Order: sequence, then C-alpha cells, then structure tokens
Amino acid sequence: MARATRTDKTQPDPTKVFDNVRSDTAPYAAMLGGVSEQAQAGAAGWQFEMQKIDPHPEAPDGSERMIINMGPQHPSTHGVLRLVLELDGETVVKVEPVIGYLHTGMEKTMQSKMYQQSIVVTDRFDYTNSIGNNLVYCLAVEKLLGAEIPPRAQALRVIVAELSRLSAHLVWLGTHALDLGAMTVYFYCFREREMILDMFDMICGARLTASYMRIGGVVADAPPEFFKALDDFLKIMDDRINEYDYLLTQNEIFTRRTKGIGELTQEQIIDLGASGPIMRAAGIEWDIRKANPYSGYENYEFEIPIGANGDVYDRYLVRMEEMHQSVSIIKQALGGLPEGPVKCADRKISLPPREELANSMEAVIHHFKLITEGFHPPKNQEVYVAVESPKGELGCYIASDGGNKPYRCHWRGPSFVNLQALPPMLEGRLLADVVAIIGSIDIVVGEIDK
Amino acid sequence: MVSDSITGPNPTMATVPIESSGASHYAVAPIAERSVEKLQAQFPDTFFEVRRFRDEVTVYVPREQIVTVATFLRDDEELRYNYLSDLTGNDWPDRDPRFEVIYHLYSIKTFGRLRLKVRVSEDDCTCPTVTGVWTTANWHEREVFDMFGIIFEGHPDLRRILLPDEWVGHPLRQDYEIGWEEPEFTVRKVHRNYAKG
Repeated sequence: MARATRTDKTQPDPTKVFDNVRSDTAPYAAMLGGVSEQAQAGAAGWQFEMQKIDPHPEAPDGSERMIINMGPQHPSTHGVLRLVLELDGETVVKVEPVIGYLHTGMEKTMQSKMYQQSIVVTDRFDYTNSIGNNLVYCLAVEKLLGAEIPPRAQALRVIVAELSRLSAHLVWLGTHALDLGAMTVYFYCFREREMILDMFDMICGARLTASYMRIGGVVADAPPEFFKALDDFLKIMDDRINEYDYLLTQNEIFTRRTKGIGELTQEQIIDLGASGPIMRAAGIEWDIRKANPYSGYENYEFEIPIGANGDVYDRYLVRMEEMHQSVSIIKQALGGLPEGPVKCADRKISLPPREELANSMEAVIHHFKLITEGFHPPKNQEVYVAVESPKGELGCYIASDGGNKPYRCHWRGPSFVNLQALPPMLEGRLLADVVAIIGSIDIVVGEIDK
Repeated sequence: MVSDSITGPNPTMATVPIESSGASHYAVAPIAERSVEKLQAQFPDTFFEVRRFRDEVTVYVPREQIVTVATFLRDDEELRYNYLSDLTGNDWPDRDPRFEVIYHLYSIKTFGRLRLKVRVSEDDCTCPTVTGVWTTANWHEREVFDMFGIIFEGHPDLRRILLPDEWVGHPLRQDYEIGWEEPEFTVRKVHRNYAKG
C-alpha cells in the first residue's frame, strides 16, 4: 500500500522504473480487504488486474460465509505464513496456506556457489536449527565425495546437533505456550536457550547462524570452556524440562485447548508426507536417527517417544520427551568422546591445519587450491541424504556435473511438507483452534519458502 | 567461478574427481536391489535403466508408466514404498530429453530408499501427476512447475507456489540467470522528480 500511495504523488511509469521488479501489492492488498479508495486508485496505476475474491461466498445451504486473511503479518503464524480461511460462523470450512513471502531463491544461490561456500546459506533455511542444516548438507557433500569423517568430529557433530534440537524445541515450546496464553514458559525456555546459544558462541563464534560444520568435519575442536558450560547445562536441563512440564502438562487451560485438536490418522500422515513429531504423535515409531543412522547415532541408546492420539497435546508430549532423550544422547556422546582430529585427513577436501602453512609448501598449495577452486566431486552423480531435524525429515539432494559447484541442490524442508497437512487438520475446527494447530506443526518459514 | 577470475585454470594440478577412502563404506541396500528385481518382473516389457552410486539406486521410468510403477511400488506387500520423501526436478540443457523429474521414495515398513526418475523433453514438457498415489506430491509438483515449468497432467491445483502468479520464467532452469533487483530506495527517477518539485 505504501508503494501505491507513492505512485499517486510522482506518477512515474512503473513498468519503466522497475524493469525487472514485480509488483504484487495490488492483488494482495485487495485480498487483504479494507483497502481505501486512494490505495485502490494507486494500485490500478500498476496495471495489474486485481484478483477478485468474493468476501462473502454463499454456502450450499444458503447460509453466508466469510473469507478472512490470517497473516502474513500475524504473530501466531510464526513468520510470514498467510492463511486464507473460509468461515461459517466460527467454524473453519476451508483453509488455504499461501506461501512464498520469504522466497529468496536459496537453492539457486547454492547452485551458484562453491560447495564449501554454501554452508552459510544452509544456516538460513531453518534458522532455529542452523547446525542441523549444516549437518545434512555436509553429509550429502561428503557422501558425494566419499569422504571419511574422524570419530571425534562425528561425536562433536552429534553433541551440537542435539543441542541445536534442544534449542529448536525450546523456541517451539515457548512460542506455542505463548500462543495459548501461557507467558511464563516463554521466559523459562528462552533462559535455557540462551545457555545453548552461548555455547554455540564458544565453539564457533556465532549464536544463531552457527556454520559450525565443514565438509570433512567441523571447523575447530571445542574449547575447554565449552565442555565446562555443557556440563553445567546438562546438570540442570532435565530438571528444567520437568519445570516446563509442571507448568503445562496438567494445566487446565493448556490441556483443554490441545487435547483432541488437530488429529490425523496414521494413514493420512503417511499419505500427506508429514514427518517428525507429527508422525510420532500418531503412534508411528519412525525416527531417521534409528531407522537409517548417520553420523554415529547407532552408537547411542535412546528411545523414540510416540503418542497415541495424534493430536496437538500428543505432539507436545512427544517433543517434551524428545528433549529428555536429547540430553541423554549428549551425555553419552560426551562420555565416550574419542580423541583425535576433527577434520578429514584428505587435504583435497578439508583445509590443512594453520601451523602446517608456516613450513609446508604442499599445505600452502592445498590451502590455495581449496579456497580458490574448491573440489570436484565425481561427474554426473547424485545423492540424497536425510536426517532427523527437530521438525521431521530434513533432506538434501545434490546432483554433480563434475564442477566445483553443485549442479542442482534441492532442500527438502520438513516444514514445507508438514504445512501441507494443515488443511485436513483445520477443516471443521473452530477459529480459536487454528493458533494451537499451527503451533503444533512447528513451522519455520525460512525452510518453507526457501 | 573464483578460480577462473582470479587464478585461471592451473595446468599443474589436474582437476580429477576426488574419491576418498571412505567411499567403500557405502554398500547398496539389499531392499533397493530387490525393488529393481521385482519391478523388472512386474513390467517385463519395459526397459528400466538402473544406476547405482554409493548406497543409492536410481531407476529411470518411462514417462507414461510412472503412475503404474509408483502405484505398484507403493502397494507391493514386500516393498511398501508408502512414503514419498521428496519430489524435485533437474534441468540439463545439453541433453535430450532436457528435464528430469526425480522421485525419492521411502518405505516406513522397510526403511529403504529408492529413487525414480522420469525424463521429460522440452517440446512436450509434461509429466503425469502422482498426486493420486501420494497426496504429498501436490505441493512438490507445484514447486517443480513453478521452478522448472514442467506441467503435471491431472494435477488438481497446478499453480505457482513460491513465486507470484504473474512471474515470468522458471528460475531453476539452468538458462535462467541470476539477476538483480534494484532496491526501492535507490530509484533515482523518483528522487529527481522530488527535486524538481
């Protein structure tokens, strides 16, 4: 609308000023409803036909229905998700998620960068779980190269990936509870998340977009203060999870807003491709860490929590138990942390250690070659690697043409697929349940819009 | 492109593909091999090109048969590829047929993976939809349509999904170059108009 108003004043020919810039303001503003005459006149100047949506469609039984927009700027849509809801009174008759507001062409970006440069791009997909994204990308490239990862690097990867899962679940729990009116939990969750982010700061210097992993290992060994902070964290975390549990699990308001809401059957979930806690809450015991272990997960003992009813409340219970399991995995990985290098020994894949550069010509050449040219995976080959992210199956498909950049890199974000399961969950429900159900899917729009 | 612009091609170091020692860790999963056997037995008149890399098996399926093959793989009691992990596309402008539609199948029963591929030519840029086999294909196919312009015949709701409806072109095609967009606040014309009053 701001754009439209400006054209009224200056009246440049928009098609000439913005040669390659699209203007979608007009149709979307019209759909949002309540557009002023002035804005409509401005929008008409953009020479796009306004999309006509009847705001009061007639139902088959003659009653009047209403179409309302939820989002893209709505606090409980967790980002810029937009839902077009068709309501019959307070009941949701039809819902259509409209996505793409955050589309930045990240797959195209990755295809234009050398393999090792794209790690920072992966951070931006699911930004609550940046290290998990690094992991799947590195695993995919390593599989393409056939690289061997030292055991210490694998164990460190598991530790940080589980910390990242905890942090992502804490964001989910805090915001989900906040959506349902429980504000205290939010502060408690972010208190613990702060401890995790501080630990990420210690190991790689970044809190949110960590980029801790490298192709062939991790960027550096964890410093001693990281292990001290991790010990302190592990001592308290189980109790803290019980604290959230005490606040919510028996909470009358919380249970009445989540029990029996947004149920899906097992067949529906498999057909819709939903994964992660949504699937486990319906009683399907599937976790990629167990089913197709990667990065040494087969060495750790943990359980897959499952629910029975597949509703919002069971998803909450599953995620709570997953946090306990994550703490247990970190403890095991820390207990059996092997000594040794944290990077692949192959100098054609990972950078030589800094000290070698001072007295080895070969190291200098390898360093120079890796930074300027990168590496060339086998020609015309492709891999698909999937890991269990906090949201479900996170997949990365890479096709190589023998060059130093991925020829095709596709990101299978769990949020993208899980969001497809939203309409069957919502239809027939009350408007007030919408917020609870969106929260239970745990979407991150960066991963949906790519 | 860094190498070309800064250093140029280096004749002393050949750019041979890397094959590290860890490559031997990957063995092709028996269930994937079994799927290829059963598929060939079920469709004896069809030639399936099969490629193996690491532990992954890729089966090229003729375009007309993708729905029957997918239905068979989903419903077969032993294989049960009931979960469509991912569906995406790829573009090879130098090849004929130019496009590929890639299906990543998964089985919640056997935990095995299988990749199917359908080749789609540029002249007849269509592919039958598999939304009838797995509902989850709906948004994936919309995304492939959006990004590659492949039309999925029989799709219930084939519209652009990530880009706006009036967008021209399909960005993930290899001949679609990475462009740039002038930020709104640097539009000089507008400022000049203000200055003139």
